[in-house]
Amino acid sequence: MADALTAAYALRLGDDALILSHRLSEWVGHGPELEEDIALANTALDLLGQARLLLACAGEREGRGRDEDALAYGRDVLDFSNLLLVEQPNGDFAQTMMRQFLFDAYAVALWPRLSASRDEVLAGIAGKAAKEAAYHVEQSAAWVVRMGDGTEESHDRAQAGLDLLWPYAGEIFEADEVEAALAEKGIAVAPSALREHWQARVGPVLEEAGLAPPEGAGVRTGGRQGRHSEHLGHLLAEFQFMQRAYPGARW
Amino acid sequence: MYTQGLNQAVEEGGPEDAELLARFQAKIDREEKIEPNDWMPEAYRQTLIRQISQHAHSEIVGMLPEGNWLTRAPSLRRKAILLAKVQDEGGHGLYLYAAAETLGISRAEMVERLLEGRARYSSIFNYPTITWADIGAVGWLVDGAAIMNQIPLCRCSYGPYARAMIRICKEESFHQRQGYEAISRLAEGTAAQKRMAQDALDRWWWPSLMMFGPSDAESPHTARSMRWKIKRFTNDELRQKFVDATVPQARLIGLEPPDPELRYDEESGHWRFGEIDWSEFNEVLAGNGPCNRERMAARRKAHAEGAWVREAATAHARKQRRRTAMAAAAE
Repeated sequence: MADALTAAYALRLGDDALILSHRLSEWVGHGPELEEDIALANTALDLLGQARLLLACAGEREGRGRDEDALAYGRDVLDFSNLLLVEQPNGDFAQTMMRQFLFDAYAVALWPRLSASRDEVLAGIAGKAAKEAAYHVEQSAAWVVRMGDGTEESHDRAQAGLDLLWPYAGEIFEADEVEAALAEKGIAVAPSALREHWQARVGPVLEEAGLAPPEGAGVRTGGRQGRHSEHLGHLLAEFQFMQRAYPGARW
Repeated sequence: MYTQGLNQAVEEGGPEDAELLARFQAKIDREEKIEPNDWMPEAYRQTLIRQISQHAHSEIVGMLPEGNWLTRAPSLRRKAILLAKVQDEGGHGLYLYAAAETLGISRAEMVERLLEGRARYSSIFNYPTITWADIGAVGWLVDGAAIMNQIPLCRCSYGPYARAMIRICKEESFHQRQGYEAISRLAEGTAAQKRMAQDALDRWWWPSLMMFGPSDAESPHTARSMRWKIKRFTNDELRQKFVDATVPQARLIGLEPPDPELRYDEESGHWRFGEIDWSEFNEVLAGNGPCNRERMAARRKAHAEGAWVREAATAHARKQRRRTAMAAAAE
């Protein structure tokens, strides 16, 4: 049975995981240390696994015969609904880990709650993602602290990453009719309900790292509605190249 | 992924205790493992350091040509497989560096030797991955050739290396099957996909055969490595084994290795193949392959750009230790 709301919700979460996974995969082979290279690949792989399950779920609920690949490779910028945060470029390792931490702090708030969803498929995906996110946030929080506390250079780089990315964090807690309607039915988690948990995770880590959010930075939003930054188009140009160049081929 | 160090010369050290040497050789002859704290001839130690570190470097540099397609994999399934594979290669590198460290050299020193151009890695990674089919070909042919080399290393006389190789071989054989499956899909696909697959075989075939190293006649250290059971088969034996296994796989999916002299010899049961162009091998080894400069530049760039990250981690750990000590003193 087609269920446009659940399809849209699963697609949002799936797009977050897909785009962030892609960004992390850009690092592989170029990390600052072998262990970190492996960790970045591992996180990218976890996120890709989440994305595949969520996109497959979205395609089924949509009921138009689109599978995970049709959704991943067949849409243009306007139809992607990921957070602006995850499409921001890698920058240096500080920027990448700050982006990861701000996202992971959201993921560890979201997934355990969504695992109680009345939608069994979403609940199952969330249960799996919750375990993975717990590892991810441990890793990214540890790096935020190391960099903030480490050397003058690492502190400055971490602060610059935070300054750059902080404006994108507000979007995490925005809700429109999709989340509102589904949250009422016990299917989705209301994003506004996550803010407190997110802050409880982010605040102490930034404090331990000696980093402070920028003041008066404003909030950048629009990703959920397909209003993206310039970066997403370039990402998709690379990501979708093969499917665009060889339409209909099986791989 | 693969070891080219087997034939590199290591000078015999000064006179070593004949009795120790005899006991060492007897142990190897009994198929017992040599462990890190056991006495070993200096040339054995240096041969292994060179071989294991080259193997580790190959894993790390090998992440680059495959990583080249991570952001362009043609389906989410293929992207997941490739991510997992490249991550495995990183894990192999880590494993192998750790095995080499048991011989008394640090990973930092090994990495420095690589970045300064004093240590080698497998020449195969100096070839480019131009199309998606190359990812299939690398798994099928390069990992396939690597396995031929590596299975005997699971019985290598040096314990830590042999044990590392057991796990690595399991993963490599998985990669080989994934690569063959990927290129099979292309071979049964559209005309454009078939063209891509045959082109990849055309380009990777000869370099894969070269992965086994020079022919036995040109490989003066084979005898000693075999006596020490670091090496169990000669380069030519392993190369023949690879060709025998791979030609039928290619033909099964309608691809043809680029060798007009390739023919099956009923009498011996082996596939006979044409002369390898060793001048190409030597050119790539000398640094003049298609991607030698790019690969080393990428490794140096990652290392240089990661310096502040490693310094930050060290500085933070130092501060933490000091804080802990001060807290303890205050109690």
